[in-house]
Parts: sequence; C-alpha cells; structure tokens
Amino acid sequence: MAGVVSMRHQSGPGRASQGKTEPAPVRWALITIALAFLGLFLVMPLVLVFTYAFNRGLGVYFAALTEPDAMAAIRLTLITAAICVPLNTVFGVCAAWSIAKFEFRGKNLLITLIDMPFAISPIIAGLIFVLLFGARGWFGPWLIDNNIRIIFATPGIVLATMFVTFPFVARELIPLMQAQGTDEEQSALTLGASGWQMFWRVTLPNVKWGLIYGVILCNARAMGEFGAVSVVSGHIRGLTNTMPLHIEVLYNDYQFTASFAVASLLALLALVTLVVKSVVEWKGAREHAQAVREAESEQS
Amino acid sequence: MAFRFRQPSVLPGFGLTMGFTLFYMALLVLIPLGGMVLFTTRMSFDDFWSSAVTDPRVVAAYKVSFGASMIGASINAVFGFILAWVLVRYEFPGRRIVDSIVDLPFALPTAVSGIALTTLYAHTGWIGRWFDMVGIKVAYAWPGIVIALTLIGLPFVVRTLQPAMEDLEVELEEASASLGASRWQTFRRVILPTVLPALLTGFALAFARAVGEFGSVYFIAGNMPYRTEIAPLLILIRLEQFDYLGATAIGVVMLVVSFVMLLIINVLQWWSRRFQA
Repeated sequence: MAGVVSMRHQSGPGRASQGKTEPAPVRWALITIALAFLGLFLVMPLVLVFTYAFNRGLGVYFAALTEPDAMAAIRLTLITAAICVPLNTVFGVCAAWSIAKFEFRGKNLLITLIDMPFAISPIIAGLIFVLLFGARGWFGPWLIDNNIRIIFATPGIVLATMFVTFPFVARELIPLMQAQGTDEEQSALTLGASGWQMFWRVTLPNVKWGLIYGVILCNARAMGEFGAVSVVSGHIRGLTNTMPLHIEVLYNDYQFTASFAVASLLALLALVTLVVKSVVEWKGAREHAQAVREAESEQS
Repeated sequence: MAFRFRQPSVLPGFGLTMGFTLFYMALLVLIPLGGMVLFTTRMSFDDFWSSAVTDPRVVAAYKVSFGASMIGASINAVFGFILAWVLVRYEFPGRRIVDSIVDLPFALPTAVSGIALTTLYAHTGWIGRWFDMVGIKVAYAWPGIVIALTLIGLPFVVRTLQPAMEDLEVELEEASASLGASRWQTFRRVILPTVLPALLTGFALAFARAVGEFGSVYFIAGNMPYRTEIAPLLILIRLEQFDYLGATAIGVVMLVVSFVMLLIINVLQWWSRRFQA
C-alpha cells in the first residue's frame, strides 16, 4: 500500500514564525521524543545488523558471503530481480502513460486495482500461485503430467515476487505524469515528431528521476521479499533459497554472524535506496525551481 | 451525447499501452486472485465457515493479528504525529536525514528487520535485557509482535500527515491566538480537527499494512498456536499440511478484510480532499 502515500515527499524548512509556535522547552521535548522513537525503532535495528555482521571480523564476514549456499542464494535473488524489475517497469510506464495522459471511464477503478497488491498480505501473494500451480492446484495435475515445475522452483519465486512488486513503478510515475500534463507532448507532435520520438525525447526525460526511484524501490522490494517467496519456494538449500530465505535458514541454525552478514547486504541495499530517493527529490526540487524561475523571467 | 469510453486526444499509444496494462494485470493479479476465490467452490459453506470463522485456533490468530495491528497503528498515530509535526514545523540539525530515515521500513526487507528486532529485544539483547530485569518478555511474546508491526507502519502515518500539516493555514492559528486561545486550545480546536482526516488515513494505512505483515513478525513472535500465532502464518502452516482448502478459507477472509480497508482508505482520502478544498 506504500503507493497510496506519496513517497516523493519531503518537507520544506520549518516555516512557522515566532510567537505562534510552541515555547522552546515544548519544542525541544517534542524533538527529543521524535528522535528517540526513531532511534529506538529504526536506527537501533540497523546498527545492530552491521554490528553483528562484523563482530567476528572481516574474514568470517566474507566467508559467510562466499560459501556455496550463500552464493546460490545471491545468484537466485539477482536472477529474480533481473526478470521482475524490467517487466514491472515496462508495465509501470505503459500504465502511467495510459492513465496519466488520457481521460477515460473507470480510471479510478483501474488505479485501485493496480494498488491491490499493496493491500494484500504477501502470504496471500504466495498462496494464489500455489492454488494455481501447486500439486493440488488448478493446473497442478497438468503440470505434473508434462513434468513442469513452477512451485518449489524458480518460476514460482519469480511470479510471487512480480505480484508483490507489481505497483511500484506505476505508482511513482502516475502522479508525476499527471502533474506534468500533455502540453509538451502535444507541442512535440505538432512540430512533427513521431510517437516514439515524442516518448524518448520529451516524456522520458521529464519523468526520469521518478522512474529511477520507482525502479530502485521495485528492485529493493524484489530482492528483499520474504513472505510471498517463502510460501512458493519450499526452502531447498542451494536451489530455491533467495537471500531473505537464506537469512532465515542461517538464523534458525543459530549461525547468527553469517545470517547478519547476508542481512547486511540487503540493509545496504535499503540504505542505497534511501540515498537515491533523497538525490531524486533534490534533483526534482532543483529542476522545479529552475522551471519556475524560467517562467518568471519570461513573464517580466 | 453518445456513450464514449475515452475523451478524444491527439496523443498516440492509448490502445497499445492500455492493452498491455490490462493484459499484464489480468495475467499476474486478477486471474490468480480469481483462482483463489473460485477455489472456495471446492468446499461446502459449512466447511468454509468452520475452517475460516469458527475454528478456535483461527479465531485466536485473528485476535492476535487484528489486536496487535490496532495497537501498533495507535502507537504510530501518536508518535508519527509528533514526528511529522517536528519535521514540518521545527528546524533542527539533521532534519533532512531524519526525514529520509522515516522511509526505511519501505526499503528494508522484513526478514532483516525481523532478525534485527528479535536480537534487539531478546532477553540478552541490547534493549531486551532492560525489560528482562523488570520481568517483561518482549521477543517471543505479544509485545514483540506489536513492536514489529509498529516499525513497518510508521512511514504511512508520517508521510500522510506531512502534506496535511504543510497545508495548515498559519493565519488560522494566529487568529485563534489573537482571540485569546492558549497554544493547547489552538492545537485541540484548530490544528487537530484540520489534520484529523489525514491522521485517520495514515492510521488505516498502517493498520492495513500491519494485518498482512509476515516477515518481521515471523521471527519475533515465537509463533505459539493460540497465543502468538498471526493469521498469515496460519495460512502458511495450513499449506505445509497440504490443507489447501483451509489455507484458502483464511486467505479469502483476509482478502475481504484488505478490500474493506482499501474502501475505508479511499473514503477517508476523499474526505480529506474535501476538507482541504
């Protein structure tokens, strides 16, 4: 459901003037409470991941990442993301183009349907594919007769991950493209551009930062998905374990250092995602300010 | 005027992009979800009722899921409000960084936050040992579930409240103050009613996300049937027992709850838009 909330939001500087704000002691008390809450719930777990990952030295850390099962898990995670992210990106661009640039009946219903995977438990995301392709599912007997494995194999993992990360790119692009309107595209067409030229030279450059953030977030979720994948994977070590599932196996084996070592990779990915988000917002704000300046200088 | 599906436009590509959008969504989302709903036709209504609604273990799991989600979302409503207020109204060192960190639960895989929280709150952990000294068990118990669900819900409340707080008209607060209201009265009578729709939306989003959450809870809950077992986990357990029908029955109930929450959230958003207009 993350997409229901605009993720491209950043507060401007505090703007309340003196006199009608809270007295200084209240202000500092509130800031302290907010920071303490954030530290307790978000920063401490993050610090703990890296502390435990490195607490027996770099040698143990890298040994945990390079042992065969870990390598297999990393490879499967990369393969999954390499299939899911491009497909969901193509879908996101198509959905955003048709929804943001055209007016048609049932648009709100379509947006709600696109949001659905956000609202559904990841366990259900796995369950629906087991009911379709599992041994006792709708297509199970046919798949067994033809010796095709989807559940407890890579295709099932890819499908479940695609379902969970389905809305991310679309939800980033739709509000952005809606805000930009269709004037620039219409000008390009009037000046003789073909449809593809218009898309590559006008639309895509306009939304590139939002697109980049959508893709990065989609990728982070694809690599980190746990619930949906644990339903369809079957936990076969070295074969159908993704990184999050490998973390679980190691953790339940009391191999805490190795478990946190693999976890630290995903935590790093999350941090990179946040940095990219900040850069995208900064770039977006700068380009917006520049556009406003240009518009003002044209008027004067 | 004749029925027209789409307003005319000079822009190309509507047929292609809309066609692909519907095709992809039908294949990946609608048909699989429909398959699950259809699966319930394989059981009688009584079977469905007894495995999804009256089974005591399932009822206990619903109570844990909905109860802990409710408490987690309430904690987020209070602290998320303070956090959003501090980020929108005050200037302090590191504000930009704090603002970015709020999104961490969106990006951090739940398995990672799960093992980190469990280690943190276990009776030997950095925080858990202090609770252990006063005899409170956090990890592998009910409070642990609440903590995990609080973590994943936080950004929803903060990110929904921030725009609403930025849109607050400072003039109203000035008017209230000049008419002799104390700051607390201004907050209760002017600020809170204006941001209430956004606060409720954020609460509903955090609650909906928490009800479906699996990864982080799975590690910290201890997963004891009737006591710390959440509904999504019970679906997984039913599947591992090859009880597809039992899993489907719980899944459909959870799906209906998700739809109702989606509906409530849409109504709340419509309400808050009307408020701002």
